[in-house]
Amino acid sequence: MIQFENVCKRYGKATVIDDLSLTVEEGQFVVLIGPSGCGKTTTLKMINRLIEPDKGRIFVNGSDITRVNAVALRRTIGYVIQQIGLFPNMTVGQNISVVPKLLRYTNAQCDEITRSLLQLVDMDYDVYAHKYPSELSGGQQQRIGVLRALAASPPIVLMDEPFGALDPITREALQEEIKKIQRKLKKTIIFVTHDMDEALRLADTIVFMNGGRVVQIASPEEMLRNPKEDIIKNFMGKRISKVDYNSLLAADIMRASVLKVHKTKLTLECVDLMNRRQVNTLLVVDDDERFLGIVTIDDIKKHGRAGKEIGDLVSTETSVIGAGDSAKEAFERLVDSRSGYVVVKHPNDTVAGLITKTSMVKAMAEAMWGEQE
Amino acid sequence: MTFMAKNSGLIINETLNHMRLVGISTLFGLMISVPLGILLSRRRRAAKYVLALVGTVQTIPGLVLLGFAMIVFGIGSKPAIVVLTLYAILPALRNTYTGITEVDPGCIESAKGIGMSNIQTLLKVELPLALPSIVGGLRMSVIYIISWATLAGLVGAGGLGDLIWTGLATYENNFILTGAILAAVMALASGALIGLLQNIMTPRGLKVRR
Ligand SMILES: Nc1ncnc2c1ncn2[C@@H]1O[C@H](COP(=O)(O)OP(=O)(O)OP(=O)(O)O)[C@@H](O)[C@H]1O
Ligand SMILES: [Mg+2]
Repeated sequence: MIQFENVCKRYGKATVIDDLSLTVEEGQFVVLIGPSGCGKTTTLKMINRLIEPDKGRIFVNGSDITRVNAVALRRTIGYVIQQIGLFPNMTVGQNISVVPKLLRYTNAQCDEITRSLLQLVDMDYDVYAHKYPSELSGGQQQRIGVLRALAASPPIVLMDEPFGALDPITREALQEEIKKIQRKLKKTIIFVTHDMDEALRLADTIVFMNGGRVVQIASPEEMLRNPKEDIIKNFMGKRISKVDYNSLLAADIMRASVLKVHKTKLTLECVDLMNRRQVNTLLVVDDDERFLGIVTIDDIKKHGRAGKEIGDLVSTETSVIGAGDSAKEAFERLVDSRSGYVVVKHPNDTVAGLITKTSMVKAMAEAMWGEQE
Repeated sequence: MTFMAKNSGLIINETLNHMRLVGISTLFGLMISVPLGILLSRRRRAAKYVLALVGTVQTIPGLVLLGFAMIVFGIGSKPAIVVLTLYAILPALRNTYTGITEVDPGCIESAKGIGMSNIQTLLKVELPLALPSIVGGLRMSVIYIISWATLAGLVGAGGLGDLIWTGLATYENNFILTGAILAAVMALASGALIGLLQNIMTPRGLKVRR
């Protein structure tokens, strides 16, 4: 557990950290985010005493960090920075085992650590352990940067925009890996970024800072739903625009392309159509495209005879909702319905679309994270 | 050829003498400039002034310095070594300083951040990475003072300078030529040798490039 207690930091007249109090629970993935210059890096570096506060106290697992020798403290806290900073004169293996060496682990232990850590990021020991950093890609270098920070099993890892300089694809891969590693090794991670997508993807808790102060501390969901100030809303950008859940309508969460058939269509044709389109339900409409009811493949099997019109088989026991009704209402209907879908009608009774569990989840994901591919 | 045969003892003797002068002053020069360079890299504001001062000393003509040194230390190797050491300092000092200050700040920040003490950061990261630059400075120092050392004959320190001054005094061109050529060869050879050393001392990871 890490606690900041009324911490202040000044450079000359400028107050960079202004009465910061913050608690990070053990095993949490905490992301610090905020505009450039808001004091994220300063906050991070005060934890491993690369920067000393002017006022206030910081505790790690209950003990004041100024009571511990700074060098000893740092060996128990991993540290990863955007510039990576691998030692170019050392091989990958030597880089990873730098801290274990400082702690006087034996060569065999260091080797064992290197092996198991490389495995964690799917890098083959025999291929990579003896390479030099200059022989690796940027993404591989930062993987080694992360492994170096993990080598002595520190319970806490500090990361300052570690993936900021990587291309989007590599960045996503590393985000996934770090999340996996954090869960697996149960680390407390404090991660600085100015990328909201990254924060939403990784964080258990997001700490939004501005001007050296904490603006809001919340889970990603909570921050999306109730951003406390405009500056946070701006950071969320488009993700937040549709998040007014109460104004979502049934039409917003339905699938518009559905299989409609005219009531005079014959059963065999319908079976054929359903086979080709891989569906088990048809929406039956009349001459004016008005919704009459649905027919399932089971209905046809049970009651259908060749040459019979489909209109004779429709069941009207379907959940139906108006396109203008609220999404919340639609959701409740969907949960109650036995069939697993709700038909959406326009006011003139024509079919607007269909709400299924898939369309519902997709709409919620869009509302939360923006348009999905 | 008869000249060579007749004077071979003297020539060999003065060549060794020259090497000794250069070797000793290089060693002293390094002993001063490397620690001083490290110190200056920790005191960057002061560094500017110190480097400027040392640079000024360097511009004083060798003869003037040698004259002063002779007044203070008398005749013999002593004044020569003092002056040559002064000349050896600057290139090695400047290269040690720049070598260390040019180490990637990210490397130093990570070194500190993962728990290296200042001394460990210096020994395991900064010095190894600065080493090629330091050896480059050493190379310049050596080449410099091999030529300046020819002046040492003037204060009775011996060396190849002795041959040259003797030749000048007696109009014996062979002496002048021998002294000058041997000094030039020595400078070239040690330059090449230290270049090789530089290559060996460069950490392998700094050499490999994709
Ligand atoms: N050594 C220093 N001397 C003076 N001012 C400093 C120093 N270090 C940081 N600052 C100032 O402190 C403020 C906070 O800096 P910090 O590096 O913590 O910002 P940050 O949130 O990490 O920004 P970024 O997203 O750009 O990395 C900035 O306004 C910066 O200019
Ligand atoms: Mg920063």
